[in-house]
Amino acid sequence: MIHFVILISKQGKLRLTKWYSQYSAKERSRAIAELSSAILSRGPKLCNFVEWRGNKVVYRRYVSLYFCMCIDHDDNELEILEIIQHFVEILDRYFCGVCELDLIYNFHKAYYILDELVMAGELQESSKRVVTRLMDSLDLLVEESKEKANTIRNMIAQVTK
Amino acid sequence: MGSQGGWGQSKEFLDLVKSIGEARSKAEEDRIVLSEIETLKRRIAEPDVPRRRMKEYIIRLVYVEMLGHDASFGYIHAVKMTHDDSLSLKRTGYLAVTLFLNEDHDLIILIVNTIQKDLRSDNYLVVCAALTAVCRLINEETIPAVLPQIVELLGHPKEAIRKKAVMALHRFYQRAPGSVSHLISNFRKRLCDNDPGVMGATLCPLFDLITADPSSYKDLVMSFVSILKQVAEKRLPKSYDYHQMPAPFIQIKLLKILALLGSGDKQASEQMYTILSDIFRKGESTSNIGNSILYQCICCVSSIYPNTKSLEAAADATSKFLKSDNHNLRYMGIDALGRLIKINPEIAEEHQLAVIDCLEDPDDTLKRKTFELLYKMTKSTNVEVIVDRMIDYMININDHHYKTEIASRCVELAEQYAPSNHWFIQTMNKVFEHAGDLVNVRVAHNLMRLIAEGFGEDDEGADSQLRSSAVESYLRILGEPKLPSVFLQVICWVLGEYGTMDGKCSASYIIGKLCDVAEAHANDDTVKAYATTAIMKIFAYEIAAGRKVEMLPECQALIDELSASHSTDLQQRAYELQALMGLDVHAVESVMPLDASCEDIEVDRSLPFLSSFVQQSLEKGARPYISESEQSGMSHVNIFRSQDPHEVSGHTLRFEAYQLPKPSPPASAPIAFAPPTDLVPVSDATYARDIQPPPKVPSSLDALSADVGVRLRLEGVQKKWGKPTYSSSAAPSTSSTSQKTVNGATHLDGVGSMSAQARDTRDNLYDSRRQQVEVSAEKQKLAASLFGASSSKNEKKPSSHKTIKGSAGNVEKPTIMVKAVTSSEPTEKTSVPPPPDLLDLGEPAPETKPSVDPFQQLEGLLGPAPVQSTPDSSVVAGPREPDLMALYSDIPMTNLSGTSTNPTVTDLYAVSKNPQGATNVSTLKKGPNPQDSLEKDALARQVGVTPSGKNPNLFRDLFG
Repeated sequence: MIHFVILISKQGKLRLTKWYSQYSAKERSRAIAELSSAILSRGPKLCNFVEWRGNKVVYRRYVSLYFCMCIDHDDNELEILEIIQHFVEILDRYFCGVCELDLIYNFHKAYYILDELVMAGELQESSKRVVTRLMDSLDLLVEESKEKANTIRNMIAQVTK
Repeated sequence: MGSQGGWGQSKEFLDLVKSIGEARSKAEEDRIVLSEIETLKRRIAEPDVPRRRMKEYIIRLVYVEMLGHDASFGYIHAVKMTHDDSLSLKRTGYLAVTLFLNEDHDLIILIVNTIQKDLRSDNYLVVCAALTAVCRLINEETIPAVLPQIVELLGHPKEAIRKKAVMALHRFYQRAPGSVSHLISNFRKRLCDNDPGVMGATLCPLFDLITADPSSYKDLVMSFVSILKQVAEKRLPKSYDYHQMPAPFIQIKLLKILALLGSGDKQASEQMYTILSDIFRKGESTSNIGNSILYQCICCVSSIYPNTKSLEAAADATSKFLKSDNHNLRYMGIDALGRLIKINPEIAEEHQLAVIDCLEDPDDTLKRKTFELLYKMTKSTNVEVIVDRMIDYMININDHHYKTEIASRCVELAEQYAPSNHWFIQTMNKVFEHAGDLVNVRVAHNLMRLIAEGFGEDDEGADSQLRSSAVESYLRILGEPKLPSVFLQVICWVLGEYGTMDGKCSASYIIGKLCDVAEAHANDDTVKAYATTAIMKIFAYEIAAGRKVEMLPECQALIDELSASHSTDLQQRAYELQALMGLDVHAVESVMPLDASCEDIEVDRSLPFLSSFVQQSLEKGARPYISESEQSGMSHVNIFRSQDPHEVSGHTLRFEAYQLPKPSPPASAPIAFAPPTDLVPVSDATYARDIQPPPKVPSSLDALSADVGVRLRLEGVQKKWGKPTYSSSAAPSTSSTSQKTVNGATHLDGVGSMSAQARDTRDNLYDSRRQQVEVSAEKQKLAASLFGASSSKNEKKPSSHKTIKGSAGNVEKPTIMVKAVTSSEPTEKTSVPPPPDLLDLGEPAPETKPSVDPFQQLEGLLGPAPVQSTPDSSVVAGPREPDLMALYSDIPMTNLSGTSTNPTVTDLYAVSKNPQGATNVSTLKKGPNPQDSLEKDALARQVGVTPSGKNPNLFRDLFG
């Protein structure tokens, strides 16, 4: 099971955190501090895994951003590595070529996508298409409601004029 | 889509993010965040905040909270937002509360109502949002409030909702297993769902359920196998493919489940062998995802009832992992090896050098994994080497958690396999010296007892030798500046008991040392107490031996100090010591007998020496003593009752009976509902098994699927083929090796068609390998000590046993060669472009151009940029990932679009703009959608985000 997901930049700035197991605020900040120092200091060509407090953290670097997932001791690390890749591919498709700035300013969207992908600490959907389609339909709905609101506002404006 | 290209946030928020991004220190960041919190507090409290504005505030709160600051003042607003009618706001609200609130938070109760309402919504997107929230927020208490609705949603026409409902139930099972135990039939039904996503999701709860009780799901083995077969044969829709693999995540989950179901069950395992060997055969070891399936397959094979052929395939795959250059694969290989040696310890022998390479690798993670493997394969023959290595490693690490773990492993191995007393003491000393504060106190007590009792052999000489060597080493160690408290306690105790035993050290020398200890650890009362008592013992021996001991001044000072101590314990010890010194020889001998730490102290509980006193008092008219048991008759009964385990557990869990009728024997006993801890002490295996079925009893729906007869039979099998039997069955190596020959022969047939050239290269490889082996004599020595004397395979005279092995080794190498050939073949590469493996890519890419600022690029566009970008893009994106966007080609394009959409920006960069250069570069462009990235870039600049020298990569496509 995935216990938490952390996105952290090369400079040690947090970009996203999602906790699937219960952690107190103190434990969270300690986990982030310990892991960012452990992971950011690792050289290239080493394993993408770090043992941490009896669990394992699988990380993968994309340019300047580290995607980290904490899993149980007996989970399949390579699979998690691919789940991260899967997540990034979906982000890439959604943002049409994702870059770190997208995740900084649109972090809530990244959360939504993560929610569609991982639920209760397990991968819930392994089809890229299903996830993107759902995200798109949500966006469409938001657009529509925005338009509707605009037309209503216009109508009110016209009436009150 | 507008929401994708731009960042629909306000200037304020963008500024905040920007200033945080530019903060140079944590303190500066904190200051910015704190002022943001103040602003938000004020704004949120304003009356009539427009909803859309509020949405942004909430998102800003999420941001603040993510950075580790407390945003609890805004939680209630997030909760309110979940009530909103607009889906966009509702989602924001849900997102915020799922991020803010732990499931034990007080505000949860306010959301349950909204969730209930939303689960009933007509709009499936609203239901989705609610289900996502359910997974995070609903706790054990509130499960009943939403459970019926969620069960209903399992039949919803939209597959997204069915899937999320399954996941929600999976979550409930994790929180409170009892809450969904009656829904197992629903999970079974969902397994046949015609949407692969729902089926895949259902595997999660089933995995948990099967982990808890595999025997009830044996009937599903066939279904899982056939699903796995269909998946592997690419029967699922193409959209589930991942890097050309058919639904790998589902395959992995299925393999995990099969591993559980086949564990110790020959009949079930037999159904799996075919599909497992199919997967091994199809296994694609060039991609990461292919390897992850192979790894899961190995795990499965090592867990189910062993089968020679699949074990061999697993061993092959493992050796490929171990021989890889990729650290990740070697890590997985070590792990896989650790699983396989449980079944066949001989497998490790072939890979000894690979294992040692991993052990000496600079990568900490790999090293630790290798230690884990060594720990699993420790025997009395190699314990010294392994434990020494572990201790060496332990000394050099700072990670407390891991230090504790490895220290306790050292202790465990030393206690279990110690070849000699002396070695044991030395090892324990090292462990205590470097990790004394981390090991369990119990370990210290064990050590003291061991030194006192010896190793159980009736050899007084050896024991006293052990003791004097301990004393000697402790006197030496006392010179070290910083010792852990537990270790000092052991030292003091041993010095007190045996310090003067062998007559090498004088009493005053030892006492002086002990006084030093007490003085140096003025804050540690326990150490001081141990030291004082040790001093007392030394005095006692001396007095008993009739020698006069002069009182050292520092000892007197210590006694004086302790007599005035705040600790009553220390005071008492000091006074006792003083009193003891005034006693005569005879009294001292009976108070502190020599070397009596192991004598049992007999306690006569009837206290006969008091009877005359009691008699006297009774005569004087005192009331006779009534024993405790007589005082309360009830407790007497209780004692009686507690002898019946059934009664007790029924007693503790009485309240459960409200939900379930008193079960009738024999199928169920009330203990079934006892917490698992209660089951632990039950040593009788059959008893434990008897009580497994009851959780199923309530779900009468389920009774059909699992007939009791079959289950019972399987349990019989399980017992017969239980884990311990594996090792013993694997032990007679003759049978297994002879089988190996057979397999080796068939293998040879299989590769018989291989070209002679390949054979040559194989031989060369073998030779070069042999050379390499001979060179690293040191490693070989290590290997020999780790894996036993037979390890030097190359020099060993080929006995009949060995030749068999050699041929097996030969068989295996060609397969690797074949792999190497295919991977170097260019045609292969072009026809099937390997999936973008960013693992490798992420590493060199940043190094090639860490300091390049896109803006500089932009300005220098006229000349150098196109030239420069050509080699760069080939390095970065390369021919392997044609679909990925190359960064450099992006920028000029962006600039062009800036002209059209954003005049202000153009003005700034007009000087550097050169249409010709831009078109030149744009021909190199490979990105999926230039328009969007252009907009994005322009927007970023408008906001004022500049990729500073500190972080030039903000704009870079994560894939390139």
